[in-house]
Amino acid sequence: MAKDNLVLEELTNKEYEHGWTVDLETDSAPKGLNEDIVRFISAKKQEPEWMLEWRLKAFRTWQKMKEPKWPNVEYPPINYQEIIYYSAPKKASAPKNLEDVDPELLKTFEKLGISLTEQKRLTGVAVDAVIDSVSVATTFKEKLGELGIIFCSFSEAVREHPELIKKYLGSVVPVSDNYFAALNSAVFSDGSFCYIPKGVRCPMELSTYFRINAANTGQFERTLIVADEGSYVSYLEGCTAPQRDENQLHAAVVEIYAMKDAHVKYSTVQNWYPGDKEGKGGIYNFVTKRALCAGDFSKVSWTQVETGSAITWKYPSCILKGDNSSGEFYSVAVTNNKQQADTGTKMIHIGKNTKSRIVSKGISAGYSQNSYRGQVHIMKRASNARNFSQCDSLLMGDKCGAHTFPYIDVENSTARIEHEATTSKIGEDQIFYCQQRGIDEESAVALIVNGYAKEVLNQLPMEFAVEAQKLLALTLEGSVG
Amino acid sequence: MEAVATTNTLLQLNLKHDAFLEVRKNAFAFLEKAGLPAPKAEEYKFTPITRVLEKNFSSLQPEGNTGKINVSQFIIDALQAERIVFVNGVFDASLSSVSAETIHIQTLSSVQDKNIISKVGSLAKSNTDSFVALNTATFQDGLFIEVKANHKIEKPIIIHHVADASSGKVVTATRNLIWVDENASVTVIEKYDAVGGAVFSSHVNEVFVAKQGSFTYKLIQNDIGERYQFTHTVIHQQNTSHVNCFALCLNGKLIRNNLHLLLDGEHIDSHMYGLYLLNNDTLADNHTVVDHMKPNSISNELYKGVMDGNAKGVFNGKIFVRQDAQKTNAFQSNRNILLSDTAGVNTKPQLEIWADDVKCSHGCTSGQLDEEALFYLQARGISKASAKALLLYAFAGEVIEKIENETIRKYIDGLVAERLNQHF
Repeated sequence: MAKDNLVLEELTNKEYEHGWTVDLETDSAPKGLNEDIVRFISAKKQEPEWMLEWRLKAFRTWQKMKEPKWPNVEYPPINYQEIIYYSAPKKASAPKNLEDVDPELLKTFEKLGISLTEQKRLTGVAVDAVIDSVSVATTFKEKLGELGIIFCSFSEAVREHPELIKKYLGSVVPVSDNYFAALNSAVFSDGSFCYIPKGVRCPMELSTYFRINAANTGQFERTLIVADEGSYVSYLEGCTAPQRDENQLHAAVVEIYAMKDAHVKYSTVQNWYPGDKEGKGGIYNFVTKRALCAGDFSKVSWTQVETGSAITWKYPSCILKGDNSSGEFYSVAVTNNKQQADTGTKMIHIGKNTKSRIVSKGISAGYSQNSYRGQVHIMKRASNARNFSQCDSLLMGDKCGAHTFPYIDVENSTARIEHEATTSKIGEDQIFYCQQRGIDEESAVALIVNGYAKEVLNQLPMEFAVEAQKLLALTLEGSVG
Repeated sequence: MEAVATTNTLLQLNLKHDAFLEVRKNAFAFLEKAGLPAPKAEEYKFTPITRVLEKNFSSLQPEGNTGKINVSQFIIDALQAERIVFVNGVFDASLSSVSAETIHIQTLSSVQDKNIISKVGSLAKSNTDSFVALNTATFQDGLFIEVKANHKIEKPIIIHHVADASSGKVVTATRNLIWVDENASVTVIEKYDAVGGAVFSSHVNEVFVAKQGSFTYKLIQNDIGERYQFTHTVIHQQNTSHVNCFALCLNGKLIRNNLHLLLDGEHIDSHMYGLYLLNNDTLADNHTVVDHMKPNSISNELYKGVMDGNAKGVFNGKIFVRQDAQKTNAFQSNRNILLSDTAGVNTKPQLEIWADDVKCSHGCTSGQLDEEALFYLQARGISKASAKALLLYAFAGEVIEKIENETIRKYIDGLVAERLNQHF
């Protein structure tokens, strides 16, 4: 397996491709966090009084909370007073069209491979590009508007659709839910809001690209998706971040509210800067993602491809409240070097005949630690609930670790729960089998890794699957072939 | 350390001034600092043991009064065995009989050998669990068993732990130290019985299995009485040793069993089986740990449970595979059947792996009896109740059939059949 080791070494040595900094003039808040900063952010965003009150309430809750210590990750203590909580690209205050946008910004997008003008036509993806906390340009808005779909930046939604925000903000992830959700609620900078009206099937994939761009800026996005009765939407979120020396905190909150018969598909490709080989730098990705299947027959499906971040700590969850509602979670988490990932899901079955499916594939290499942590909870009322979980780990190299912490709590006798997990390396017999059939060792490894992740990658929408495959190739496969 | 639960059940503890005073003192110091597990402590998340003990016992200090109980009712008649009896935590010589000369058995309180004394508390460390600390600080007595090298003991050793709480609540604390020397083999069975009111018993086993040694352990918990119980067994295994454990929980109020296997050698073979058939308001919590420290070993675990009434089953199985433990094969399976909506199960199979060339898997399921299987039997003239019992019996059979000793297997089979006929 000498070649294998070579391959691993190569991939370990691979530098982060998307790392660069574009100089933009930023309009930043002073370092630190107190009520004045919260007021400052709120004022900057020209928010109404009720929004400020909500933030302040969250801030006061946060002050009383303690940082959680249970995740299987290690990092130096975060000094919350050393972080800049607000930073906006200056010239992007009111772009009317693309010509108004700072040319430097457009360059950044080009490097990322999203040309707003071209992609609009070619891919049919509406891109709400968030760069350093302010939504700069929103495309396809008019087209979506015709169908009654609201897809805009969060600050805009606060101003223009206060009734919806008031009703649904915090309804899935309450302010006091956890430490980082409370922090986000107090200082969230911007994000996306999406509302799909009754019976509307969103004709295109909605997509947001996030980038962290100013040094020492925590980015706290807030995403809220409300799918009204019988609607359908597929939402994409992708991240790339430039190289940094200091750890950056990223504490996002995503809330999905699905009403009767609604179907929401949420896909993420996460590629924040993971830090260098020694584990220096890199993003702390502490995210709260939760969906509420409020109505009967509603369905929410999470798909994630996690390749970046120094530390990933996230559990996209589903609360299956409506009868016959269903939740899905598909995940590929790749960790390399000194990355740490503690990720998984929670499926809370409350309604009758609720179904959930969990497929989690972990790949650890280098010195990384990869944990799956999940909970399947069948409440008393949830008769005929059904769950299937599969969490597999693949280990590459003998310095990394794979951990599984599944919690299965059943209170109803009619529930059927299945959970299985395996841990293995790429077997010598598997490689031998391929080689015997004329496939060389490197291609065989690539083939096996690809096949291993396929079940999850298949869940991604077309436009995204390509990017995800590229990313996997970049982290593992590229060095093989 | 998890949050501390201060409880006045610990206030009246006093340490026996014997050969173990040093280890008792250390354990007590830890206990004073750590207290009993707080309500949300991860290791006791679903087992509110501290609260339950506080409610039922004013002090956890063991009492030495010997009960007056007819022990013969608890003896397994058909079983040819070396018999040891503890009544309320005190060794009863008149009821015990040991015939084999190749085994060395004595009570811990009579041990003089410094080497043996120093091994008490070396495997079951007080700082890992408050109840181990409690046991270490307060244990009344126990056994030291040594099976000398190359001796295969045919007759099992059965240890009866009998509690007589007919004249008041009883607290007992006992522990055993077992040495299985090179190429020796022995079977130890522990059986718990009680009459009368509330009993809290804590028991710790520390077992050293040397090279090529073989150790079989069976735990039978079929207490009709009001039993609150903590057992903690740590088995240290060396090269090519073989360990086979079986735990049966049928009755009791609250049972917590810890079983830790330390695979500190190569080519080790370890098996752990468990069966819990619970009804009424029994809570049975089985925590197992398999720690693969060296390469080329195999571990296999199967725990099955049926919960009815308000019963609750808790299972937590940890498999650790350390960095050196390449070529490890570790399997774990936990299957549960719930028969009522007031019953519950909390299971957490946990894998933690730091070596890459391993094959590890765990699986767990929870469900109910297959409707189609029930229908199939009913269509053939078997009543629903019998069909149910038959299916459950088959479910349990997979674990029971792993018991090698025929007498014990038949005995356990009988207990399970009786339980299924009466209660489910």
